[in-house]
Amino acid sequence: MTSKIKSFNELKSVQKRLKAGRDPKKPGITVCVGTGCLAYGTKKLVENFREELSKRDLADRIDFRTSGCHGFCERGPMVVLSPEKIFYQRVGLADAGEIIDKTLLKGEIIDRLLYVDPATGEKVVHEDDVPFYKKQSRLVFGLNFQVDPESIEDYLAIGGYGALGKALTGMKPEEIIQEIIKANLRGRGGGGFPAGWKWDATRKAQGEPKYIVCNADEGDPGAYMDRSLLEGNPHLVLEGMVIGAYAIGSSQGYIYVRNEYPLAVKNIHIAIRQAREAGLLGENILGSGFSFDVKVNRGGGAFVCGESSALFASLEGRAGEPRAKYIHATDRGLYDKPTNLNNVETWANVPFIIERGADWFAGIGTAGSKGTKIFSLVGKINNTGLVEVPMGTTLREIVFEIGGGIPDGRKFKAIQTGGPSGGCIPEQYLDLPVDFDELTKIGSMMGSGGLIVMDDRNCMVNVAKYFTNFLVNESCGKCVPCREGIRRMRDILADITEGKGREGDVELLEKISTGILDGALCALGNSAPNPVLSTIRYFRDEYAAHIKEKRCPAGVCRDLITYSVDAEKCTGCMVCVKVCPTGAASGERKKVHVIDQAKCTKCGACRESCKFDSIIVR
Amino acid sequence: MEEKVKEIIQQYSGDKSYLVPILQDVQREFNYLPKDVLCAVSAHLSVPISRVYEVVTFYKAFSLKPKGRYQLSLCMGTACHVRGAELIARNMEDILGIKEGDTTADLEFSYETVGCLGACALGPVLVVNGEYHGHMNIAKSTKILKKLGKKGATDDEQD
Repeated sequence: MTSKIKSFNELKSVQKRLKAGRDPKKPGITVCVGTGCLAYGTKKLVENFREELSKRDLADRIDFRTSGCHGFCERGPMVVLSPEKIFYQRVGLADAGEIIDKTLLKGEIIDRLLYVDPATGEKVVHEDDVPFYKKQSRLVFGLNFQVDPESIEDYLAIGGYGALGKALTGMKPEEIIQEIIKANLRGRGGGGFPAGWKWDATRKAQGEPKYIVCNADEGDPGAYMDRSLLEGNPHLVLEGMVIGAYAIGSSQGYIYVRNEYPLAVKNIHIAIRQAREAGLLGENILGSGFSFDVKVNRGGGAFVCGESSALFASLEGRAGEPRAKYIHATDRGLYDKPTNLNNVETWANVPFIIERGADWFAGIGTAGSKGTKIFSLVGKINNTGLVEVPMGTTLREIVFEIGGGIPDGRKFKAIQTGGPSGGCIPEQYLDLPVDFDELTKIGSMMGSGGLIVMDDRNCMVNVAKYFTNFLVNESCGKCVPCREGIRRMRDILADITEGKGREGDVELLEKISTGILDGALCALGNSAPNPVLSTIRYFRDEYAAHIKEKRCPAGVCRDLITYSVDAEKCTGCMVCVKVCPTGAASGERKKVHVIDQAKCTKCGACRESCKFDSIIVR
Repeated sequence: MEEKVKEIIQQYSGDKSYLVPILQDVQREFNYLPKDVLCAVSAHLSVPISRVYEVVTFYKAFSLKPKGRYQLSLCMGTACHVRGAELIARNMEDILGIKEGDTTADLEFSYETVGCLGACALGPVLVVNGEYHGHMNIAKSTKILKKLGKKGATDDEQD
């Protein structure tokens, strides 16, 4: 444990000592233990490594580290070997001994654990050469790899809390705010509001105490970058918060985190305790006279609590209902006191700006959006994972160069951005640069960074229904346009997908949307129509096919499709006959099978199990 | 029961603003939130029972009904949705004979769909008592339920 550090100079010498203790040439093993990799059973792999190392009496000679998420979740469990950064993926839980014996001790590469570039068919040895990583600029997220999230020593060894030291000893609060304004750091949670202005407003607001809050209530389905930052490098987020607190003049901070993220909750608690013990949080931080502490509060699983005023209500122990915001949170937020709320990724960017300066930060990105952004690239994509790129990178680069394109040779259809508040973007806009402003122009938004890729087997009406249904369940029910309007939209969409759509439904959806956009109280409601409006805008034909022809072109909507067997492709293997729960599929071995429409419930089991792609869905 | 509730409240120094996390811990202890437990929370935290009830019914994380021995959560995040989670959801309901959010009468299975679990690379994901099962499909979900002892109408096929 690090004892209390009493000054910036002392911090520097601690950092120096810890850095010196980390020999960059020393062989090391880093295992990713982010939630994604843990779900593959990586915990057992870690135990195996520890056991095999101690069996060989190597525990002292080899740096063994568990780290937060590396981002390439598709390929977990992942192991990186230093100093060469040899990258092993899909590592078997029993591979630990072999990796130590062959690669670490003899320098031999284990072929089967290497990543194969699908484009060239070549095996890639080093992490940096993997196409998924090569095109990224892992600025904020890259540190995950270097630290064990449970070790403040690791964070200090890479210069951690240096920005805090610099801020507390060398900068006035106003100077820090000016630096953040100059850097044009905009809110990563989706709003894109300039953080510096918010800080400035909170600092100047009347009323004491002032609060700062970290929004870790990452509710967008399909987005998990905040979790990976908080669980992978909690000290980075804390450091950003302490700097912000000092600039704003706050002595109490809160982290509001989803209860569904147990690892993030655990790691941030550990980090807070360590930071207190090290004198980097609590009374008289680094001997500067400035005091600040942080409490952690877990959410109750309500999407609306990502909205600022609902989040404050929840923090106060009440139901998370938003209020009208005639008065900004910067004047009256939590407990009616001036409150500054920023999202996890926004806080995590702060130490970099203070350390390297606003000019450096503003040199990355586009005219209106600076720095990098972490995206979670998921859905029908080969390389599912977290991707950090400079603002302004095009969707095409993200989907095809980093993401490796669409699996199973299928065709790209749309990419959904911005979560339930965003929209679906068709192929013709793939060359747009992604930043806060560009995607808004075409009816979507960058949002917090969820990118969900869809192929030709995804029905856009069904997707619109999915998001609308999600929002029906998550609407807090306080205001009528949101509570009733979204529900009506869902019902109409359900009718359309069930073959009960009527002429004029699309126009009616557009009309209700206008009402909700104008009338809803908070951001949940007044962005709720976006998934519907954007799919109508770009996939109107698909709506028409459902309504007029009672047909689902993507073969998704159950009431509009039939399952049949392609006689040319069917080999008569009996698999579909075996899996069919209702006995609708029948036939003899080596003869073409048939599906009895009267018995078929369209459950999809036959199509999923057919190895010859011979089930036709129309 | 009173003692346990008091102990949990104590861990949060009796701070009313921690009502949500306190209720989460209490629910973990008692498997769900029965009436007498809610009354105890109300009394010891000095929060009106109406407020406690409001909070409990507002947040999805809380249950006023007992949960089953096996808690099944199917991820319905967008990534899982586009990879066919809807079909699996229907299969689960068909086999279990209950709707999402319910518990079977024998208190064996509770089945719910949840927002994103953030394990999108493994999608669709089914979580059984905290254990992740990735790349879920209809056949696999049937198999898992069968293994857990669910004798549904559909799983007694040829093998």
